[in-house]
Amino acid sequence: MAKFQISRRKFLTSASLGLSGIALSGCDVFDSGLGIGGGLRSFLENANSLTWRAQRLLAGRDALAPEFTEADIRQPQRPNGVTAPDDDTYKGLLANNFADWRLEVSGLVEKPLSLTREQLQNMPSRTQITRHDCVEGWSCIAKWTGTPLSLVLDQAVVKPQARYVMFHCLDTIEQSLSGDIKYYGTIDLIDARHPQTILAYGLNGKPLPVENGAPLRVRVERQLGYKMPKYIYKIELVDSFANVGGGRGGYWEDNGYDWYGGI
Amino acid sequence: MDTVANNHSAVEAEGKDTTLIYRQSRWTRLTHWIWAFSLFFMLLSGLQIFNARPQLYVGKQSGFEFNNTILQIGAENTANGQRGFTEIFGHRFDTTGVLGWSGPPGQETPRAFPSWATIPSYYDLGTARVVHFFFAWILTTTLLIWLIASLVNGHIRRDLAPRVSDLRKLPRDIVDHAKLKFHHTREYNTLQKMAYGGVLFVLLPLMIVTGLAMSPSMNSVLPWLNEILGGRQTARTIHFTAMVLLVLFFVVHILMILAAGPINELRSIITGWYRTDPPAKHVEPTERSA
Repeated sequence: MAKFQISRRKFLTSASLGLSGIALSGCDVFDSGLGIGGGLRSFLENANSLTWRAQRLLAGRDALAPEFTEADIRQPQRPNGVTAPDDDTYKGLLANNFADWRLEVSGLVEKPLSLTREQLQNMPSRTQITRHDCVEGWSCIAKWTGTPLSLVLDQAVVKPQARYVMFHCLDTIEQSLSGDIKYYGTIDLIDARHPQTILAYGLNGKPLPVENGAPLRVRVERQLGYKMPKYIYKIELVDSFANVGGGRGGYWEDNGYDWYGGI
Repeated sequence: MDTVANNHSAVEAEGKDTTLIYRQSRWTRLTHWIWAFSLFFMLLSGLQIFNARPQLYVGKQSGFEFNNTILQIGAENTANGQRGFTEIFGHRFDTTGVLGWSGPPGQETPRAFPSWATIPSYYDLGTARVVHFFFAWILTTTLLIWLIASLVNGHIRRDLAPRVSDLRKLPRDIVDHAKLKFHHTREYNTLQKMAYGGVLFVLLPLMIVTGLAMSPSMNSVLPWLNEILGGRQTARTIHFTAMVLLVLFFVVHILMILAAGPINELRSIITGWYRTDPPAKHVEPTERSA
């Protein structure tokens, strides 16, 4: 009975909390404490780790994202984020049709690589018609062609201590006081080696356009769009997020998005 | 286990012919408040998430080069300045001040749902998602615990499952509700059973299922889910519609509590004890819980 009294008090507390929240009818009261790095925020973010583990458990390594038919391609792939990089390096590469562009593979690998577009395109490719889901809520179906990332990782021979694949990009996503921030992001090795995870250079049967990430972008079909960096030039194998931007695993993650974007 | 819910040994109230009975088990009370709390945060964070793309579509994808938009909230420049609008199935309504264009006078901004209806109050999709998915876990877990507890302690079978007699009582029950004539008995009346059953067995499961259908990772586990629902964007539209129905339920729920006696109703969902009508009023047994 004593226990029961306590839980009753808990009801009253939670009820009055909820009611006072409604009574305030403005939710500014919840704004504080939700900032990145705050205790409450960090506690709530545990749900993302739980989701990651639960979905990994359910989906395993190889469950495939749904693929669609040509008839489902009804519009050009909607571009998002940076659609025309203003960086001199990028514009120089573009002027030369990416002849001087290389994909570097470095970090925790036995054999660092430097691949040309031709080398990548001469590797076995995969073409898939998939649905791109943006974190904002919209979806768009398109046909992607590219080199499976697992083939590139195998060629570079990933060291056992590597845990994440980090993508370095050519596009400046934000201009801050401490300098330009170019897009970056990470995925775990399970998604990196997923059969549908490709380094895409083709879209809807044509070379990947600038607005969609030319010359190369990632497709991670079991996650949301912000997990699929565009304009990539370097793949780095890392064992933690310590040296990845602000330490949360990606540009948007450093701005408050969850690292796992499978939901 | 809490089996007191079955206890009809009523406690006589002093000097009155009304009785206090133990009506709501601790499972029902605890889960009720956890749901209330979670749904509050899920609603406000969900509206913030919606604000990132204040359009609803039907089908597998969002139409940018074709039109499959059935609802849109936005702002537009007019001769009268900026106005907020809401467009449903092609019908446009001016919703300035609430939907599309809102804020303190002179500081209005274009936003689908107003600042007072979202968590955080400012635009922040990332934080809204953190809040939303945290409470999604709480809500889903609690619903599962409640389902098991209520199957075991008989709450579903005894109190929620509709019977043939409920159907017979329905017309009378509707009339009684319309006249705000309430019968305080241990049993739920027909409309209550329909409302609670609809929320617990239809709306909340539908929320969870359509929520999961929007997850690209879950789509790899349950690829048929979106096919049943009509595509990911339809799932998102159903998710939103179920939200509107839950809000409607909440409004009616609160109005009914106020009309039926808020002190008594609140006591029963906080302590479990409920004051029933004097037995004299229960003329015919068949109409007891009408």
